[in-house]
Amino acid sequence: MNAVPDLPADIDAALLLRWLDAVTSVIEQEADHLTQLDSPIGDADHGANMRRGFRAARTALEQEPPDTPGAVLVAIGRQLISTVGGASGPLYGTLLRRAGKALGDAPAVTAAELRDGLRAGVDGLVQLGGAKLEDKTMVDALLPALDAFTAALDAGGGTEQAVTAAASAAEEGATATTPLRARKGRASYLGDRSIGHQDPGATSSALLLTTLADTVRKASSS
Amino acid sequence: MLINVPENVVPDALRGFAAVHTDLTVDVERRVIVRRGAPYDGQVGLVSGGGSGHEPLHGGFVGRGMLTAACPGEVFTSPVPDQMVRAAAAVDSGAGVLFIVKNYTGDVLNFDMAAELAEDEGVQVAKVLVNDDVAVTDSLYTAGRRGTGATLFVEKLAGAAADEGAPLDRVAGIARRVNEASRSFGVALSACSTPAKGGPTFDLPEGELELGVGIHGEPGRERRAMMTSGEIADVSVDAVVDDLQPDAPVLLLVNGMGATPLLELYGFAAEVHRAMGARKVSVARTLVGNYVTSLDMAGASVTICQADEELLRLWDAPVSTPALRWGC
Repeated sequence: MNAVPDLPADIDAALLLRWLDAVTSVIEQEADHLTQLDSPIGDADHGANMRRGFRAARTALEQEPPDTPGAVLVAIGRQLISTVGGASGPLYGTLLRRAGKALGDAPAVTAAELRDGLRAGVDGLVQLGGAKLEDKTMVDALLPALDAFTAALDAGGGTEQAVTAAASAAEEGATATTPLRARKGRASYLGDRSIGHQDPGATSSALLLTTLADTVRKASSS
Repeated sequence: MLINVPENVVPDALRGFAAVHTDLTVDVERRVIVRRGAPYDGQVGLVSGGGSGHEPLHGGFVGRGMLTAACPGEVFTSPVPDQMVRAAAAVDSGAGVLFIVKNYTGDVLNFDMAAELAEDEGVQVAKVLVNDDVAVTDSLYTAGRRGTGATLFVEKLAGAAADEGAPLDRVAGIARRVNEASRSFGVALSACSTPAKGGPTFDLPEGELELGVGIHGEPGRERRAMMTSGEIADVSVDAVVDDLQPDAPVLLLVNGMGATPLLELYGFAAEVHRAMGARKVSVARTLVGNYVTSLDMAGASVTICQADEELLRLWDAPVSTPALRWGC
């Protein structure tokens, strides 16, 4: 296993709540871009759906902020399932709920524990949606991100290095969906005509991770 | 667009539905449309739903002899599980509930989650997946055939069976039989515009058409130079007849995508009848109109359902909904 014994438990509920706040703003800014990506190969609503979900999650968690990182992720996942609809609601909702459950009720977790949580989340998402690598989906951003996260920890990195590596890998994975032919979701109906377009779901997955990296960097520099 | 703000298109329409159709209970906030008086003693409840933008599907098909409840999602976005769970609770008489689900990744995932939650609450749930669109050929490497026009046949025929008091396994069996006996093919003459985007979802130049489109503004599989109504009928009828190979009379739906006038649709219906005759397929009943639409898309789809005596009887049975009404 990749257990690194002396990692600090530096990921707490407050950090993930700051992430939620930041990611909601980022999704607001990027909503039109996500919708544009979704037009040629989908149905032009990914931005609006994600914005609705994260707005609802931020409002709900501001009213009743959970006090563990696991509970924060579970609560965001529930809100996404209840407000987003489409495929992205259940998929992102399951990703975060499973990740949150895997973190348990610890008041703070290490980067390795967060990585294990994310792995549980991605497993749940894959089980639900059935996508494999290179099907041109969120999975193309998330699986490389998990690998990069692990590699950074193995190389002796801490939370900041690990999430930064994961974010870069997710961005690269999202970009790399462009030449792929979609085999899952609505883009799959287009056959070869889905080639040449970046997948909106992989793009929003990368946004979640780049924002996490930004949030962690800000926390460690302050 | 004739709207206030894009974010409120669905609740605004539901407020209108509530104001106009007083024989339905419309929960605008929670987005559930229920037949007034539900649950009906001993009757199976029929619940469907899906993204908005396909009106009158599904809300317009709530009423006697068809759906007991409908759950509208955002435009082209499946509803969330909370809506289906609420609808199931509202229509369950103890005889169980049938979920009618169009085969799209989002709809399947949300209805699956809802079925699990409803069963936790003690409601017996059966599901039928509608996947009639023959334009999706490569089912192994795609999300599978889409649910389109056959949804109307499934909702009408299963709804009639439920109205007669058939038990859940029988209502579900009829729904599955209808889906298996149905095929559809759609053509777009223009793209549709979603409120969120404010413009066309794909670029379809004047003088071209798109063959094999779905109902979500997604482009089809092939683009061609504009064809005549007769040529489009030949392509569409060949696609559905080749795939189904019917050996009995069929129910026929000549469906408009939203922006094609009835004048053109009836001309197209004439061509479809001619093409069916040329393929030696006899048409038992025909419905013409805008029933399973794609916002303001111009174009049409052809759906056939091979019908035996029982299905014909269920088709002719009374129905009283905002969009389909006869025999009452």
